[in-house]
Amino acid sequence: MTQSPAAKQEAKAKKRAPNDVNRFGLLFCIPFVLTFLVFSLYPVLRTFQMSFLSYKGFGKETFIGLDNYARVMKDPLFWDAFVNTLKMWGLNIVLQLGLALLLTIIFNDMKYRMKGLSLFRALFYLPNLIAATSVAFLFKTLLDWQYGTINQLLMKMHVVAAPVDFLNQPMTAQAVVGIVGAWMWFGNSFIMLMAGVQGINHDYFEAATIDGAGRWTIFARITMPLLRPIMLYVAVTSLIGGLQLFDIPYLISGTKGTPGRSLFTAVFYLFDMAFSKNQMGYAAAMAFVLFFIIAIFSAIAFKLMNEKED
Amino acid sequence: MTVQKTQTNLVKALLYLFLILLAVLCFIPFLLMIINATRTGTEIMKGFSFMPGTALASNWNTVMSFLDLPRGFLNSLFLAVCNTALVSYFSALTAYALAFYKFKGNKMIFTIMLVFMMIPAQLSMLGFYNLCTSLGLINSYLPLILPSIASPATVFFLRQYILSVLPKSILEAPRIDGAGELLIFHKIVLPIMAPGIATMAIGAFVGSWNNYLIPMLLINKQEKFPLPVMVASLSAVRDITTNLGAVYLVIAISVVPIMIAFCFLSRYIISGISAGSVKE
Repeated sequence: MTQSPAAKQEAKAKKRAPNDVNRFGLLFCIPFVLTFLVFSLYPVLRTFQMSFLSYKGFGKETFIGLDNYARVMKDPLFWDAFVNTLKMWGLNIVLQLGLALLLTIIFNDMKYRMKGLSLFRALFYLPNLIAATSVAFLFKTLLDWQYGTINQLLMKMHVVAAPVDFLNQPMTAQAVVGIVGAWMWFGNSFIMLMAGVQGINHDYFEAATIDGAGRWTIFARITMPLLRPIMLYVAVTSLIGGLQLFDIPYLISGTKGTPGRSLFTAVFYLFDMAFSKNQMGYAAAMAFVLFFIIAIFSAIAFKLMNEKED
Repeated sequence: MTVQKTQTNLVKALLYLFLILLAVLCFIPFLLMIINATRTGTEIMKGFSFMPGTALASNWNTVMSFLDLPRGFLNSLFLAVCNTALVSYFSALTAYALAFYKFKGNKMIFTIMLVFMMIPAQLSMLGFYNLCTSLGLINSYLPLILPSIASPATVFFLRQYILSVLPKSILEAPRIDGAGELLIFHKIVLPIMAPGIATMAIGAFVGSWNNYLIPMLLINKQEKFPLPVMVASLSAVRDITTNLGAVYLVIAISVVPIMIAFCFLSRYIISGISAGSVKE
């Protein structure tokens, strides 16, 4: 009689364990699911719905079918902004991946056996941690035509005779955004490529060395092909992020997109439409056009990736 | 042989030189920032020097007359702490539920989560803003904090992590002893997941600290500005830009805490990125 409550409880727990316990799974997911529905799913659906409306962001909503989409397709300003985005991202990814790959080669060279990987890795990653607002303001101030420290240094070292107005010429301004992007992200790509190399089975390298393969042969025939999926992965994630380029050009141009419209990116234009020009519906259509473009690029990249793996 | 050896050493030295140069390139803008923060506006306009100046205090006074930086600092800290706590706890709970319980909808939640990891942020931005305005949440911190409860990428990472570190058999003994499921999660699962959670928590903290776009859209009261919005508002205050030393000081104050934290936590951050690249 005295031990019966404990025994009863034990029996109950045993009986409950295999099936009944599983209802807690759903219970534990409820906070996530509710938050997700309200703050992620609903906003996306609402954006989608707005893309078919003539809507200022407040007041009257009029259904206008696909008009917004037709307008995006014919809007030269949107496509100019899109091309600007691609240019800046293109420079960024070439520099970023090139540098990351070069560093990966250096640190994996079997002849030179470079030391200090963890220290250099940390230093190279540092720019990635800083808020884009601070980065933008820092470079805007450092690159100032009259009083910028970079121009002062360049003139002191006699690289240039007169100060360069980096941020007031379309070409150099776009180049600055691309280079700053590469500066922020090459450390991140380097870490990912190094992780990829470390994931390669060491037997491959050993076998190749025994067979008398040189360092370059090993790199070209083993390391590179096996790194290919990760490089594509880095490029695709960078493209998804890169097509959304906004805050650095927005702040470096003092929220104006100048010189000319050279720092106007696609998301910058979308933002301007939604919040300055009060054309929410049109901006929403732009968001979805941009999404389709990203989806197509990603699908192509993943297809390429799988073909190479087969 | 010795010629070859000297050649190898020479190449090695050149490679180190290149690495150091690149490291300097990563660090020098921050160094210039810190030095310039201690110099007067006129000194900065005249030319550059690697010697720190003596104007730190007067720059600080200038900054304080335009912006309530300590306030911005506390606002950012409050938001970052709340976000980190919510991301860590609820992502771990959801990841555990998805990994260790069989229930209807498990697969569906996981799939939808994966899809939303691919969806770019600007797709939800307009709808999110619209939702917040219609709920009267402008100038409220709720929309800057609550969404952290549902963070698909973190849940995904932690789900993979927990599957690799937590054997299912560990849960059997406490269940037979009649321990509640939530108690098991708190006392057994959470401690085992701690290293994985730490990696994600640092990322969440930095992300929240640096977040600009959404706070900029939703907050328009100065005393509620987090640091990045305050930094960005510099361009609007014309008088302060005539004192470049003060501008550098504002940027330095927003950057230095993250740099100090990074000195201690870089190992966790880097292992988090590495894990992300080999998740398949």
